[in-house]
Amino acid sequence: MRPTTHFVFALALGFAVVLPSAARAQSAEEAAALAAEEALLAEEEARLAAEEAATARDPSAPDPAPAHPELRPVLDQFGGRAGLDALMETFVAGLLADEAMRPFFENIDQDRLKGQLADQFCVILGGDCTYGGRDMRSSHAGLGINRAHFNRLVEVLQDAMDQHDVPFAAQNRLLAKLAPMHREVVTE
Amino acid sequence: MPFSHQGRSVLTLALAAGLAGAALPALADDAASATGGKLLLSGGVTQVEGAGGGGLTPWAVIGGYGTRDQIGGNAFYTRVGVDDYSLDSYGALVGFYDRVELSVSRQRFDTEAVGAALGLGRGFAFRQETFGLKVRLFGDAVLEQDSWVPQVSVGLQHKRNDQGGVLAFIGAQDDDGTDLYVSATKLYLAQSLLVNGTVRFTKANQFGILGFGGDRNDDLEPMFEGSVAYLLNRNLALGAEYRQKPDNLGIAEEEDAWDVFLAWAPTKTVSVTVAYVDLGNIVIADNQRGVYASLQVGF
Repeated sequence: MRPTTHFVFALALGFAVVLPSAARAQSAEEAAALAAEEALLAEEEARLAAEEAATARDPSAPDPAPAHPELRPVLDQFGGRAGLDALMETFVAGLLADEAMRPFFENIDQDRLKGQLADQFCVILGGDCTYGGRDMRSSHAGLGINRAHFNRLVEVLQDAMDQHDVPFAAQNRLLAKLAPMHREVVTE
Repeated sequence: MPFSHQGRSVLTLALAAGLAGAALPALADDAASATGGKLLLSGGVTQVEGAGGGGLTPWAVIGGYGTRDQIGGNAFYTRVGVDDYSLDSYGALVGFYDRVELSVSRQRFDTEAVGAALGLGRGFAFRQETFGLKVRLFGDAVLEQDSWVPQVSVGLQHKRNDQGGVLAFIGAQDDDGTDLYVSATKLYLAQSLLVNGTVRFTKANQFGILGFGGDRNDDLEPMFEGSVAYLLNRNLALGAEYRQKPDNLGIAEEEDAWDVFLAWAPTKTVSVTVAYVDLGNIVIADNQRGVYASLQVGF
């Protein structure tokens, strides 16, 4: 045998040994990428499902954000949409600081909550906002909320409104629209 | 009087319970609130005969700060000082599950100089014990803001006066009697206004201080009582009340009563009510006007 033949043979042999392991390595990488992609897809699906559930509405539940155009002046007393956004910072902080309220709010997306509350109040007070959240029955189902919990939340909200210098009469005009929600919120 | 001892011990017990209860929230204040779940002032204050309400008039609310899952209670002391008389009243109530209210109270009416003029002796006093029961039938005065239906309760107040001899002498037919009433209360939250109307079936003379029934009438008659209160803020309510009264005794004209009040509740455990009150003519003294002051502690 000529040395070149030897060399080619050796090379071929080397390839024969190396190539399959390289192919194996490549397919493992691919599998990992595929798995990651699948996980991402599943995650996205779960996120979409959660989003859908989060915005799902019980058709028999009352409108969670009935618009009251006549309350537009009250919205102004709250400082408009910006005032509501600022109010929710204080309100949600108050809920998390309250021993009785904290368990209901500590494990949820609080930024989302603040946004939805501001949207909801804004729509109720006749503002140009859209509430995309769930109805009050779906969003409170199974939470075991009793009258005392409901009233405690009102108190924390009153504290927040006081802190933001919302006039007492304006507070009551909003609360008068929220109070009947006890029928969907209180399940105990 | 045999009833006095019994009544006194019942009262002492109730007062002790009320005061012990007032101390409880300090312990139970944390979290899921086993007590005190109602909103501030939404249990009203305590009216002069011991029921949850305004100053003169029972309201449909169940006294104390208990929700339908809780028990509430309070104790009160009220003094009314008008031109020629004074009235002290104290007692306690317990509210069960925002449904039933039990109350017991004691009134002492001091005739001061009029007692001497009438030959009873200066400072002669009528004492009366009142046992109250109230049951909420339906409605929620506070939360049902999209409905016109008020909170409606029925109640009774059984009263026993300790001066049977004097009462018979002035023409009262009885030294005890029972008032029956129905109350409707509604908070118009958007207006920050609370309105109450009560119809009381009664033959009590001057709340029972001058006995029950008389030479002119000895039947229960419907009497109207009303209250309005404007909420100035969470802790303060300004209001007025009117209480129609029977006029059963030939020798002592009786007129309706009214007051203007300010109720202040800095916390759920304490409230102070002051009022300017007009009780009208009482026996030989006209235009009995003066100050009503009441302290309530509870939970």
